Parts: sequence; structure tokens; C-alpha cells
Amino acid sequence: MAYKKWRCLICDFVYDEAAGLPGEGIAAGTRWEDIPDTWTCPDCGAAKSDFQMVEA
Amino acid sequence: MTTTTIPAPSAPWVDGKRYLWLLSPMIPVLVLIALGVYQATGWTFFAWGGPILLYGLIPLLDWMIGEDPINAPESAVAQLENDLFYRGIVYAYIPTQFAATIWGAYLVVTMDVSLLDYIGLIFTVGTVNGIGINTSHELGHKRGEAERWLAKLTLAPVAYGHFFVEHNRGHHKNVATPDDPASSKMGETFWAFLPRTMIGSLRSAWGIEKERLARTGDSLWSLKNENLQSWGMTVVMFGALTLWLGWAALPFLLLQAFYGASLLEAVNYLEHYGLLRQKGADGRYERCKPEHSWNSNHIITNLFLYQLQRHSDHHANPARRFQALRHFDESPQLPSGYAALILITYFPWLWFRQMDPAVVRHYKGDLTRANLYPPKREELLQRWQGAKLDDGKPALFPGEHATHVAAKAGSGRYQCTDCGYIYDEKQGCPREGYPAGTPWAKLPQTWPCPDCAVREKPDFIPVG
Repeated sequence: MAYKKWRCLICDFVYDEAAGLPGEGIAAGTRWEDIPDTWTCPDCGAAKSDFQMVEA
Repeated sequence: MTTTTIPAPSAPWVDGKRYLWLLSPMIPVLVLIALGVYQATGWTFFAWGGPILLYGLIPLLDWMIGEDPINAPESAVAQLENDLFYRGIVYAYIPTQFAATIWGAYLVVTMDVSLLDYIGLIFTVGTVNGIGINTSHELGHKRGEAERWLAKLTLAPVAYGHFFVEHNRGHHKNVATPDDPASSKMGETFWAFLPRTMIGSLRSAWGIEKERLARTGDSLWSLKNENLQSWGMTVVMFGALTLWLGWAALPFLLLQAFYGASLLEAVNYLEHYGLLRQKGADGRYERCKPEHSWNSNHIITNLFLYQLQRHSDHHANPARRFQALRHFDESPQLPSGYAALILITYFPWLWFRQMDPAVVRHYKGDLTRANLYPPKREELLQRWQGAKLDDGKPALFPGEHATHVAAKAGSGRYQCTDCGYIYDEKQGCPREGYPAGTPWAKLPQTWPCPDCAVREKPDFIPVG
């Protein structure tokens, strides 16, 4: 299944599943569903529920 | 004053500040009263009501009343956030803000206003609209469409519509890094910062929308551009007032808007001065943490500013509503409320004297970790690098704090920079398990001062 991207609706930060966020301990290739629900946007603190999947 | 977090109650937690929050939307009401008295009497004192309140009365009350001991427990946050009373507290600012702007413009055009009074009115009305940006700030951080529209509306009288775009998507992203036009650098005067932040924030906001609209396929010049939406509201408002009152209204409106915006920028200046997020191995800046914002827990200014001064919690939880923001003892604290400090930002010598030692203290003498103003970098490092300062909260105008102590060779005595306790190698500290003669080097880095426990071994300084 192709890797997806998710955009923060508050600040436009994009989480790329392929790249992950190694600096935060989220390995490359980590799927959105596998990121803990308590995780917040690293740029603005928005919750996961404030993200939208980017349509290819 | 320490802050107590009340343990999870069996009965619902009661907010001791609930009705005090009425002070925040009181600002435009107080100005309306001042305008009313001015219209009736022509007394210059009331034309200058805004600055008298902001630079005089509020700092005085801050100094008299001091800090806020109340933090809402986490268990009460949901209840606080859902309580519509607090939404009303924010919305209430807007109608009176508009009334004050319209009435102010009406007065300057229709009354025979002296130059002194005209200038006073610019500041007075500008104060309402500058603080209105704080109202916009509270609204703009929320997700609902209605509140976001109100956030743009409340920026109309201060002609700062791009703040809506730049604040969430620019400032919060880049805060406390050299990339953020709204984060001030150590050594940068307010007067150098002001053009940098005004121009830089404008450019950033324009670029953010340009990128977003390119992605959505909309025209940069369409009404989908959120900068244009809010600026458009300013044009409509100022245009309507000019049509009604004549050209004389326009310079007044523009000048009061500029002053109001400068108040916001003065607050920006003091909120992150010199603080810096570190870059990680992956090239990204670390997350914004409590240590990346200056805070103030002085209650009076907090009550007038929707608790904006609890800034660390705001950056950690940007969507949290003002009533639920918490004070953290361990986050960097300003010596006073914003109102007093804004005046000081205007006088760089005073500001540096007050705050540079605070930045040095925060970084424990290692200024390479601070956000430095490049033209002054060498000078700052020369002056401060490695300095050991007295610890504890900075007092207003403490004078020189740096105590560069040259230790006498082999004195073997080290002093706690908080309480003054001296560890003397000859005596050791038997009650801590270090018999007489124990060398300083043998004590662990994590050893806390046996008298006050506030400071640890690295904070001790050698004394003669």
C-alpha cells in the first residue's frame, strides 16, 4: 500500500508516512494509524484529529 | 509565590477567577467611558485614558497585587473549555471595540480637538484595537468557522489582518528561532525589531497564503485569500468611516491602527526575547517547550489580557482556551506583568539592563545556546559568556548582577548562588555523607545544596 501524507489543518505541517519523524522517535514508514493518539503536531500542537489526509 | 495545583476534587472545581475575567472585555468599555467624559468635558486627561490605563494604572495594580496562585487542575480543563460563559467573555470585546473606534473617529472630526488631545485619542483608541489583536489571537486559535471569522473581524480596526494567517502557520511554527520575524533576539532593540517583525510577518503571511492557494488551485487574488479577507474588512470599515466623516478621519484611523499594532509587537518582543529552540540531528528545530517563552504570572495584567502571559502553556497547547492555561514555576519568568514591561522595551538601555542578565541566567552562562542578534553577537559573547549570575527571580532594575569571582587557588570553598551556603572542603558536609576533607570534585554533579536544595553543584561558584 502506498505511503500517504497527512496535513495539519492548523499550521500546514505535513506528516509523510514514508519519512516518519525520526527526531521524535517515529520511524520512517510509520503509518498514521500507528502514531499514538496523544501525539500532537510538532509545529503547532494540534491534535491528530486536526489532520487531513492529502489526496494524491 | 508558589502555585498550588488543587488535587482532583470530588465536587466540581470552582474557578476563583471566573467573574474577574470580565476585566478583559472591560478595556473597550473603559475607553468608551473615557471618550464619553472627554466629549462632555474636553478634559485632556480622558483623551489620554488609554495610555494612562495601560502604562500607569495596570502596572501599579500589578505591583500592588502581585501573582496568581491559581492553576486549574487537569481534571477541570474539559469543564472549563466547554463552559460558554468564557466564550462570551471573548466575544464581548468586539462590539465595544468597534464602538470605541467609530466614536473616537467621530470625536476627532467633529470636536475642536487640540493637537495634544488628538495624539491622546490616537493612543487611546489604538490601545483598544491593539489589545483587540489579543482577542483575535484567542479566537484564531480555535477550529470552528464562526470563531475564525470573528478573529478576522476583530483585526479590521487595527488593519492587521495578516496576523490571522501568520500567527498560527508562521509564528507558532518558527517561534524562538532566528527564522521567526516575531521572535526577538538578545541584543536587538525594540526599535530594530519593530520594522523586522512588521515587514517580515507581512511577507510571511503573504507567502503562506500564496503557497496554500497554489495548492488548492485558487487565485492568489481571490476572496479565498485569508489575508485579503481580513484586510478587506479594514478597507470596508475605514472606507465607510471616511465616507461618513470625511477625509480627516482617515489619518486618525491609520495612526491609531499603527500604534495598536506596535503594542502587539512590543508584546511579541518580550515574549521570546533571546530564547532559542535547538536544532536536532535531523535539521529540524526541537519542539517548542516551556523554556522557550517568557511568562508572567502577575494577575492584573493577566486578567486584562485573557491570560496571554501564561505563554509557555499557550505554545505547548495552542488550542487551549485562555481560562485553562497554567502557570509553570520552572518556565522563564518576567519580573513584572507585560503592561509595565512594554514601557521598558521602548528604552533599550533599560531593557537590556533588566533582561540580558535574565537570558544569561536562563542559559547558565552559555550564550551560544541563545538567540543572538548577529551584529551584537561578538560583543554579547565577550561580555557574558561563562558569567555566573546570582539566581532567583530577576527584580526590576537590580543593577549589575554578574559576579565574576576569581577563585583563590586551592581555596576549596564553593558557594550556593541561591542561598549563600558554603561548602568548605576542610569541613566537608558530614550530614550529607561527605566527611571533612572530601574534595569538591568528589561530589556528584547532581548534588543539591544541603541548605536550600534549590541549586545543584554546577551552580555553585568558587569563593575565596
